[in-house]
Amino acid sequence: MAVSVYIPQPFRRFTANREYVEVDGGDVAGVLDAVNARYPGFDMLVYDRERRVPAHINIYVNNQEIHELDGISTAVGDGDQIAVIPALAGGAAPSTALTPDEAMRYSRHIIMPQVGSIGQRKLRNAKVLIVGAGGLGSPVAIYLALAGVGTVGLVDFDVVDLSNLQRQLLHQTEDVGRTKLDSAVDTLHAYNPHVRVVTHPAPLHSENALEIIGDYEIIVNGADNFATRYLVNDAAYLLGKTLVDGSILLFDGQATVFKPGEGCYRCLYPAPPPPGLVPSCAEAGVLGAITGIVGSIQATEVFKQILDIGRPLVGRLLLIDALTMEFREMKLRRDPACPLCGDEPSVVELIDYDAFCGSPPLEAPTANGGGH
Amino acid sequence: MEVRVNVTSVIQKTVGGQRELTAEGGTVAELIDDIDRRYPGFRDQLVDEGGQLHRFVNVYLNDEDVRFMEGAATALSEGDEISILPALAGG
Repeated sequence: MAVSVYIPQPFRRFTANREYVEVDGGDVAGVLDAVNARYPGFDMLVYDRERRVPAHINIYVNNQEIHELDGISTAVGDGDQIAVIPALAGGAAPSTALTPDEAMRYSRHIIMPQVGSIGQRKLRNAKVLIVGAGGLGSPVAIYLALAGVGTVGLVDFDVVDLSNLQRQLLHQTEDVGRTKLDSAVDTLHAYNPHVRVVTHPAPLHSENALEIIGDYEIIVNGADNFATRYLVNDAAYLLGKTLVDGSILLFDGQATVFKPGEGCYRCLYPAPPPPGLVPSCAEAGVLGAITGIVGSIQATEVFKQILDIGRPLVGRLLLIDALTMEFREMKLRRDPACPLCGDEPSVVELIDYDAFCGSPPLEAPTANGGGH
Repeated sequence: MEVRVNVTSVIQKTVGGQRELTAEGGTVAELIDDIDRRYPGFRDQLVDEGGQLHRFVNVYLNDEDVRFMEGAATALSEGDEISILPALAGG
């Protein structure tokens, strides 16, 4: 009749840091007594002086709060999971408390003091847009979904091609021919059904970019062409959004974070190369695993932005060379002469990016599809 | 002045596929000329007809973008490291 009791992080100092305690069942009161018998002092946390469960403590049996059942008399038996979840300081409404399922799913994050249950709820409230559901967009979307980022937006209008599968983790063999967004939604929900995936199945262009990007707090660039990269940069800056940038080609990767006022993509590369000078991944090739390296770095930076922890990759351009496995860092500065974020900006609204970048390649409408 | 030069991504094919080489020069422009003597066509990848650095390729002296220094006229010192970095669009 063993039941498993989930101990929330702040209470673990009473349980020798154990996350789960196995005790015999019976009813909830008996279970709490059994935990207290093993770890004296535990009952001070879950009962008030009248030996009632105080309002700020929720106890769940499997996924149901015991108030909806028989309170502490609720019967529990073999294999049942009990979770003790304290509401957090600050008067959080009950609806925002983590459910036991969430507390367990994200426990390896929550256990870290830099995250905690407050951080986990920040992740759940976060809205992140990923431009391109391809090479970079795949690992970013998957790691954000796994971490419980509440809303993940995806922009892509492409269809899964067999040649995508060498690197694009969101899509599998059976998805060839489906839209990347349909495939992505299925994959992300299989990983984590709690995540809301919002799809934007259209090319990003000057007429829709502000509206789409405006709905999100953090933007991740996984586009596969310069026109979309400048468009996303300009739109994110004009809307005051943080842009987590990454790009790849051959065995090389680049990553940085643009915060409005601290430099932008135009400060880094004032103009796009002439069409044809810098090949695409389709033309030149790309190592599949470099998408995982750069995408994971982007996902990590998103995570840090949401939680406001660590030192962001702002003002630094990280260069990754997979062949030598060297990571180098260059300084990235706001350019006072930048036409977008400089002292006298000339770009004050979105422009025609195909014209700015020269004609797109003839073969395909690549704007914002991730990784052809 | 001998300086180590790191060449990234698609620029590598203009220097015979090398990722790293050494070159001579008192300034960035002279260094580019030195490499161009050995690998004709290299200069065109980095500078325009007026000798200005292209706006889509970055040249870093150590970890600083020379655009924020003296551009192609930026002076080099013994032991400096130059990195040449094109924008990448792959995603």
